[in-house]
Amino acid sequence: MPERLLALRDIGKRFGAVRVLDGVSLDLGAGEVHILAGENGAGKTTLIKILAGIHTDYEGAIELGGRPVRFATPHEANRAGISVIHQELSLIGPMSVLDNIHLGRERTRPGGLWLDRRGQAERALALCRQINLELSAEDLARPVEQFPLSVKNLVEIAKALAFDARILVMDEPTSALSRAEVDRLFALVGALRRRGCGIIYITHKMEEIYRVADRITVLRDGRRIGTAAAADCPEPKLIQWMIGREGSLQATAGPEAPGPGPAVLELRGFSVPHPLPGRPPAVSDFSVSVRAGEIVGIAGLQGSGAAELFQGLFGARGAVCTGSVRIAGRPFRPESPARSVAVGLCHLTADRKGSGLVSAMSVAHNVTLASLPRASPWGVLRPGLERRSAAAQAEALSIRLASLDQDVGTLSGGNQQKVVLAKWLETRPRILLLEEPTRGVDIGAKSEIYGLMRRWTAGGMAILLISTELPELLLLCDRILALHRGRVTAEFARAEATPEGILAAAMGSAERPGEACA
Amino acid sequence: MSTAPVRRWLASPAFRALLALAFVVAIGCAFNADGAFFRWSTHRDMLRQVSVYGILGCGMTLVIISGGIDLSVGSVVGLCAVVFARQTLHEGEPALAALAMVAAAGTAIGLVSGALVARFRVQAFVATLAMMVFARGLAKWISGGQKISQAIQHPDGTFSYVDLPPVFQRVDHRILGGNLSVVTLIFLGCVAVSWLVLEKLRYGRYLYATGGNEEAARLSGVPVARAKLLAYGLSGLFAAVAGVCQAAQEQQGDPEAGSTYELTAIAIAVIGGNTLSGGRGGIGLTLLGALTIGYLEKVLSINAVGESSRLMLTGAIIVAAVLLQRRKAG
Repeated sequence: MPERLLALRDIGKRFGAVRVLDGVSLDLGAGEVHILAGENGAGKTTLIKILAGIHTDYEGAIELGGRPVRFATPHEANRAGISVIHQELSLIGPMSVLDNIHLGRERTRPGGLWLDRRGQAERALALCRQINLELSAEDLARPVEQFPLSVKNLVEIAKALAFDARILVMDEPTSALSRAEVDRLFALVGALRRRGCGIIYITHKMEEIYRVADRITVLRDGRRIGTAAAADCPEPKLIQWMIGREGSLQATAGPEAPGPGPAVLELRGFSVPHPLPGRPPAVSDFSVSVRAGEIVGIAGLQGSGAAELFQGLFGARGAVCTGSVRIAGRPFRPESPARSVAVGLCHLTADRKGSGLVSAMSVAHNVTLASLPRASPWGVLRPGLERRSAAAQAEALSIRLASLDQDVGTLSGGNQQKVVLAKWLETRPRILLLEEPTRGVDIGAKSEIYGLMRRWTAGGMAILLISTELPELLLLCDRILALHRGRVTAEFARAEATPEGILAAAMGSAERPGEACA
Repeated sequence: MSTAPVRRWLASPAFRALLALAFVVAIGCAFNADGAFFRWSTHRDMLRQVSVYGILGCGMTLVIISGGIDLSVGSVVGLCAVVFARQTLHEGEPALAALAMVAAAGTAIGLVSGALVARFRVQAFVATLAMMVFARGLAKWISGGQKISQAIQHPDGTFSYVDLPPVFQRVDHRILGGNLSVVTLIFLGCVAVSWLVLEKLRYGRYLYATGGNEEAARLSGVPVARAKLLAYGLSGLFAAVAGVCQAAQEQQGDPEAGSTYELTAIAIAVIGGNTLSGGRGGIGLTLLGALTIGYLEKVLSINAVGESSRLMLTGAIIVAAVLLQRRKAG
C-alpha cells in the first residue's frame, strides 16, 4: 500500500431532520485515482463539501497524512493541500488567467505589500508547462472568460497546483468537454498520479470510470455500500451497488389511465444546439411520440442533454431548435414560453428556486402567475376569482399552508414544488414536461406527486418526465428512453425495463449491443 | 392563533415605515418651535414641499419593484419645466396643448430608458444615468441655458414681459379654504394611479414578478420586457407631471431644476421600505416614506437647523431607517 494521504472516518451529516451521510469512510493513497460513484442524492457532493471545508458541521474525523484536521473554511482546506474542482468552475471571468491562478495565494515582494508580478508570471508559466497547457505570457494576461471551457478546466487545475495541492477532487470535470478535451484531461490525470497526487473523481460515465479508476467507492442514500479495486468491480456489480434493492416508493392509489389516446406530442429529428457556441448539439435527432394519458420517461445523467431538450421544446431559449414538432396534430414551432403555454405545453424546471418560484410573492400570486390573462379580463385583476382558483388548486394538490397570502418561500420543499405544479395546471395544459419533479421533496410529498401525475394522465394529459432517479422512472413510466450525449441510446417498454439496463444505456455503456454512442 | 396576524403586522414593512414616521413626528412634537409644529399651516407647507419629490417617488417605486432604478427623473423635471414654460410663456400655447407635449416628452424619455433596459439589456443604472445626462443637456439646449420666465429678452437687448398664464396659478394654488395645496392633490393622484397599476392591473403583478424572479417570470410567459417598458414609461410621465408642478411653483422654467431630485425620490422609496433588489414593496410604503422625509425636513427647518447639519442628519436618518427595515434573510 502506498503512502496514505487522506482518511475520512465515519463521516456523518444531517440537514435539519434529514440524514444525508451516515458513517461514511474513505481513504486515498498517493498516486491513486479513487472514483466516488452513486446516484444523484447519494451524498457524494455533501462528502466533498465536508472535505473542502464548505460544510463545517459534521460527525466523524478527517485525517490528513496521519494527523487529524478539521477545516473551518475552504481556504484552510486549500492551504492544507486539498483542491476541489467543482462542476461550476470557481474562476473569476473578467480576471486574467494569471490572477486567477494565484487568487487567494498571491505572491508578494519582501515586505508583503507589493505583488510580485514577475514571480507570479514565472510560476504560472511553469505550472502551465507541467500540465501541458500551452499559454504564452500574453495569454496569461488575458481574461480567463475568453478561453474555451477546456482551457478553463486546466486553469482550474493549475490553480490547484499553485496551492501545492496533493489531493485533488474533480466533480464531473468532463460534463461539458468534447472528446479530444476529455483525452487531454485524462492525460493530465495520469501525469498527476505519477507525481504522487491523490485524486478523488466523481463521474456518471461508465467509460471514464474504467479508464482512470484505481479503486471505486459507491455511496447510496448517504451510506457507503462498498469499496473495491476497479479490476474487482465489473460493470454489473457496480450498477448493482448503485441501485441496491428496489426502493419502497409507491404512488398513492390513483386511477389507472383508460389506455393511451391519440398522439398529442410528436417530435421528428428534433435537435437542440448547445448553449455554448462551437460545441456539438446538446440534443441531436430526437424523435418521440407521446399519446394522451401516457408518461414517457427520459433517463439521462448529468450532461446527457435531457434538460436542454425540455428547454428547447418549451422555447425557453427562443427559436433555436430544428426538426419537426406537432402538438395535437398541428405543427408547432417552439419560440417563446408564452407561445408554448398558450398551446398547452408546460415545463417544470429542475431549479425550483431559480426558475420556478417567485419567492417574494404569495402562494396565491405564484399559482396564478402563468394564467393571469384568464384571471384578469381587460387587464384588471379579479382578486376573488384569483383566490378561488388558487384555493381550488391548493385543495386539489393538498398543498399544506397557513394562508394563501403567505410568502411562498416559507413553505417546505414539497409544498413549494406543488405550488409550481399548481401554477402550470392553472394554465390547463395538454402536455407537461416535468424535470426532476421530486427533487428536494420529502418522501411523503413524493408519493403524493406520483399520485397526482397518475391522476392527470388519467384525465388525458401527456407527460414527458426527466428523472435521474431510476425507481421513479420505473414506477411511473409507460416507456423509457435512455439519453446519452444528446442521443437516444435505448428505448424500453415498461415490461422490459430494468434498472441495470437503463443505467447502462444512460451511462453510454459499450456492453449493450447495437448502440452507437457518438 | 389570534396573535399570528398581529405578529405578522408588527413584522411587516408597513409597520416599520409607520414606526419611522412616528419617530420623526415625535421629534417634531418634542422640538415644536414654540408650537409652530402644531399649526396646520406647517403641515400644509410640508405637504406642498414634499409633493414634487413624492410624485417622482411614485414612478421610482414602480421601477424599483420591477427590479430597476431610474436616475433620469431629476433631469426630466428640468426638461419638462423648461418645455412647459417655453410653450406657455414664450409661445403662448394653450395650457392643455403644452401639458400634452410635456407629458409626451417625459414618457418618451422613460420609454427610451425602458427600451435600453428591456430590449438591449443595458444595466438600469447605466441606461438611466445616460438618459439623465442627455435630458439635462436637452433642457439646456431648448432654454439656451437661461431660465425661461415672464421676461422675454429681444435680440436688441430690451426686455418685454408677458402675463403669467392662469395654469401656473391653478397648479400652485390652495383649496379648501387655503388648507391644502393643489400640488399635494396631484401627488395623491399619482399615488392613486400607481396603486391602481400595482394592485389592480395585471401588469402590476407582472412588475412584481419581474422584479422578484425575472427568469421564473419569463418562463411563466410573463411579458417581462413590456412590463419594464411600462414601469419606465410611467416613471417618465410622473417626472413630467413633477416638472409642471416645479415650473408652476417657481413661475419659470429653470434648466437646472430638479437636479439631485432622483436621489431624494430613491430615498423616499427606500425609507418607506421598498427593497432596491425588487419584487417587494408597494406605493403605500412610498407615501409613508415621503411623509417621513417631508416631516424630517420640516422639523429641522422650523428649528432653524443650519443646512450643513440638516444634510448630515438626513443622511444619518436614512441609514437608520434602512437598517430598521432590513428583513431577515429568507
